Amino acid sequence: MSNFLYKHRFLFLRRITQVSILLLYISANVWGWNLLVGNLSSSLVLGLVPLSDPLALLQMLAAGAVIAIDIVLGALIISTFYFLVGGRVFCSWVCPVNIITDLSNYIRRTSGVNKIQKKQPATRNIRYWVLGLTLVISFLLGITAFEFISPIGMVHRGIIFGLGFGWAAMLVIFLFDLFVLKNGWCGHICPLGGFYSLVGRYSLIRVDHKEDKCTLCMKCKEVCPESQVLFMVGKSSEQILNGECTNCGRCVEVCDDDALNFSIRRFYEENKK
Amino acid sequence: MNNINPKVEMTNKKEEDMENVVNQSRREFFLNISRTAGVAALGGLVWSAYVDEATANSLILRPPGALPEEDFLKTCIKCGMCVLACPYDTLMLARPGDNRPLGTPYFIARDIPCYMCPDIPCVPVCPTNALDEILVSTNGKLDINKAKMGVAVVDSLNCIAFWGIQCDACYRACPLLGEAIFVEYSKNERTGKHAFMKPVVNYDICTGCGLCEKACVTEKASITILPRETVLGRAGDYYIKGWDKADEARLEHATSKTTTTDLSKEKAVDSLNDMGGLFDE
Repeated sequence: MSNFLYKHRFLFLRRITQVSILLLYISANVWGWNLLVGNLSSSLVLGLVPLSDPLALLQMLAAGAVIAIDIVLGALIISTFYFLVGGRVFCSWVCPVNIITDLSNYIRRTSGVNKIQKKQPATRNIRYWVLGLTLVISFLLGITAFEFISPIGMVHRGIIFGLGFGWAAMLVIFLFDLFVLKNGWCGHICPLGGFYSLVGRYSLIRVDHKEDKCTLCMKCKEVCPESQVLFMVGKSSEQILNGECTNCGRCVEVCDDDALNFSIRRFYEENKK
Repeated sequence: MNNINPKVEMTNKKEEDMENVVNQSRREFFLNISRTAGVAALGGLVWSAYVDEATANSLILRPPGALPEEDFLKTCIKCGMCVLACPYDTLMLARPGDNRPLGTPYFIARDIPCYMCPDIPCVPVCPTNALDEILVSTNGKLDINKAKMGVAVVDSLNCIAFWGIQCDACYRACPLLGEAIFVEYSKNERTGKHAFMKPVVNYDICTGCGLCEKACVTEKASITILPRETVLGRAGDYYIKGWDKADEARLEHATSKTTTTDLSKEKAVDSLNDMGGLFDE
């Protein structure tokens, strides 16, 4: 049992983080606690520190809205945080949609869908196009384009303020990821994921690969939601520097040979073999 | 990064082959770019069309101090702070399926109206100023009576006061009683000895709080809050109240646009003196 926990340590930590953030928001709504008030678009910590979604701010700028100081400050705090720890830490440690797509992924792996659909028919660069479109449409229509269709918004707002037909969005993403495209939403389409991939390009916390310990079992690649970032596994010892890595730690925990570990980014080139 | 270069062996091949490969890959490159651009155009069109339609709903009541709808939609970040601040659970965030711009705050007056808290807790918490304190302040102090959430419109066909039955539910419910709604008396010719006591709304003062709509006794409310943009007209520059000095100020920014028709090309007198068409020729 303890081995099972150890083998899923980051997964459990991530679920605890994701759920407690949602619980804090819900507690603000239901019991009026003021630890964390609002939602993932914008919130207030302890009635003092503002936090805001930087992509929402960009859309507001593109749409030509008058921007308030609180939002700029909140977006700066969030951007700085993710710039340091890795942008897509949001995706795997905070975003509630991750729980849905991870479930799809789990079923894909265990039921053998992955074995039938080996090649994925779409490029992961779609998200950058969607990100570009988000800003273009925001500019042309004078409206925050992604915020009005975002399944992330529907899901987290739904959980905190009441779901409505939001369950349909959850179901669509679940089925899409399960049958249509592996890691379809989070790994291919989501412009927020694309945005945070760019933000976290130079982040400090990075997974480190030691090629000499690797036994080529490829468990890490199988479990990784962004497996293209692990291109060096078994080939060379280096850090995973691609911003698309979500720092979820799945590769670290499934590795039986201690070949993958979290580390601090090295800013100088070490002598590689 | 030093061992991912499988193209090194290419140098051994004939130059001709090289050229073909380059041409082929160039074509593929342009085809891929065009294809992606095509998909992006299609997606962008569907996306814009949806968002444009979804945000076109104008019959929605916003919290006090909300910016004009167009500005509100681009400024509101959908965080729900106003919803959390509202002590009466009046405000809601639009959910999927509510047929309102997704995630934005609104209220349904007939269900829970705005109770017009003097300290307006929903407005100062707004982080984006989509709910603007200035719009609900007089001399720097919050003043809920300045709120303009909508206007009450009376359905004179179904309002029972217009039938001659005595009812002043809306008048009594109004927080600006006697100002936003007042009662107009007129003789009931049908009976000859009773009076109509008709509720009339002063659109200048009405805040659109919806307490009247909530109080209305008819099965479906006969007084309804609608957005000001929907109900109120605009006199424009052509008409002013000649007896009101203040009203003339509107003309300061008047645009002078002269239309020319066949008749107005010439002076009015010339037009009168024109005999053309009066005689047989």
